[in-house]
Amino acid sequence: MQIDRDLVMYLEKLGRIELSEEQRTASEKDLQDILTYIDTLNELNTDGVEPASHSFPVANVMRRDEVTNAPQVEAILSNAPEQKDGCFVVPKTVE
Amino acid sequence: MQITDMTALELASAIKAGEVSVREATESFLDAIEKRDGAYHCYNTVCREEALRRADEVQKGIDEGVYTSPLAGVPIGIKDNICTKGVKTTCSSKILENFVPTYDATVIRRLRDAGLVMLGKLNMDEFAMGSTTETSATGVTHNPWNTDRVPGGSSGGAAAAVAAKLAPVALGSDTGGSIRQPASFCGVCGLKPTYGAVSRYGLVAYASSLDQIGPFGRTADDCAALFSLIEGKDEKDGTSMVNPKFDLEKALKGEIAGKKIGIPEDYLDEGIAPEVKAAVLAAAEAYKKLGAVVETFPMPIVRYAIPAYYIIACAEACSNLSRYDGIKYGYKSPNAENLMETYIKSRSEGFGMEVKRRIMLGNFVLSSGYYDAYYNKALKAKKLIQQAFFDAFETYDMLLGPVAPTTALKIGESLSDPLKMYLGDIYTVMINIAGVPSMAIPCGFDSEGLPVGMQLIGKPFCEAEILAAAKAYQSVTDFHKQSPKAE
Repeated sequence: MQIDRDLVMYLEKLGRIELSEEQRTASEKDLQDILTYIDTLNELNTDGVEPASHSFPVANVMRRDEVTNAPQVEAILSNAPEQKDGCFVVPKTVE
Repeated sequence: MQITDMTALELASAIKAGEVSVREATESFLDAIEKRDGAYHCYNTVCREEALRRADEVQKGIDEGVYTSPLAGVPIGIKDNICTKGVKTTCSSKILENFVPTYDATVIRRLRDAGLVMLGKLNMDEFAMGSTTETSATGVTHNPWNTDRVPGGSSGGAAAAVAAKLAPVALGSDTGGSIRQPASFCGVCGLKPTYGAVSRYGLVAYASSLDQIGPFGRTADDCAALFSLIEGKDEKDGTSMVNPKFDLEKALKGEIAGKKIGIPEDYLDEGIAPEVKAAVLAAAEAYKKLGAVVETFPMPIVRYAIPAYYIIACAEACSNLSRYDGIKYGYKSPNAENLMETYIKSRSEGFGMEVKRRIMLGNFVLSSGYYDAYYNKALKAKKLIQQAFFDAFETYDMLLGPVAPTTALKIGESLSDPLKMYLGDIYTVMINIAGVPSMAIPCGFDSEGLPVGMQLIGKPFCEAEILAAAKAYQSVTDFHKQSPKAE
């Protein structure tokens, strides 16, 4: 797998991050090294193998939909970078 | 004997006998941290006032017979990715530098119910991504055996604190080796439990299908006692499992005679440092003398463990870390003008480079056109890795191998070459992929005086067996009794 600058920038976009030019150049090389190594996995014959999910058999885990925690609006909002009138403040999203 | 020199179980019995008060015990460690942690930086946060207040409360509870657990009154350090109500939980990341959880993780609640006293929060690689604790936004932790060396990671602060006697025991988390490898580098014991044995509720997620919380201690017995307090089904974690209660007495008996131990020969091939290999083989001889049968067997799938691990872990990480958006909690960039900029700038300024790298790698293996070739392929490899362990456990009661190919690396050696750092995880990541338990214990020192660790890998939910095997080894060796010189 060949990594180029465009792919790095596409991955930044997918991850909602932005690298500096210097980081971008370094990432191109680092991701290339890592993916070249990861590509050794192609040597492993997985014909007819089902992809694994959980390590041990677990069925759906169900519980009653009951509220057990007390409201903590103030404590939760105290972690928000910006709050107003008991709500999170977000930038304008609709023009 | 000084309080900080006692094992956790020794300290608990001294407290029970009234020879040491919980306040004295707590204060001894707080004073040691104040005096000596400047040289190591194990702790991100020290909770002096709260710990002393809690110590008095626990003392009262012990006197009144409320707290009767094997570690009642014992102080403990907690890795900084385990949520603690009212106490900052930063994951050693700028993006969570001021995050104060509004709830306790299940393990914290259980420790509270058992009468332990939290000393503070321990340094780690940012979001548990790293093997050296160098990716921490709060600065590197120094290995107590040699402060020019890394403590390993990601639970480097936890391992170093226990080694330096700045905590008798600690809780860490292990996604690909993050308990065992720092335990090995710092010469202490650490247990990665079976996936589902310990609730992950309140553990900040890195790779949810691999993450497990587990204990650190200076002895196998201390790890067994701490594990007995945190394990068990929790309805708040749908992946935690109902299982027979952990048999602490069996673990503490330390019987190994007649057991069959397998050594994967691919764990001892050319990548391993000769001194590490020699120490592990010497341990194998010790087990033979103790009456166990030890054999080597081929496990060629080892070579595919790292590729499969990094695909699965990064895929899950990029999803898990998408929650950091600069709005509900965590760092928000002051330089953003609109919603998209808030996301991008907050994340770019809040995350370190290793976290960004894993987010990009995760997005790559999940993206359209590459999903089948990478992510799905890795899940198939996971199936084959699980099968390789199930096959091995048809013949062997447990497996033995090194924890890491080398002893502790020099600070600054790994950051410039991420692939090289990833390759150091070769012996640990498979265990997380298979979901089985593994216990790291010290088994020697190299020529530079740095600890060497080995791991005992068990069948699912057979923690008591590997803890017993570790105890048996520690009853005939004294590597776990060595301590670094205090800085």
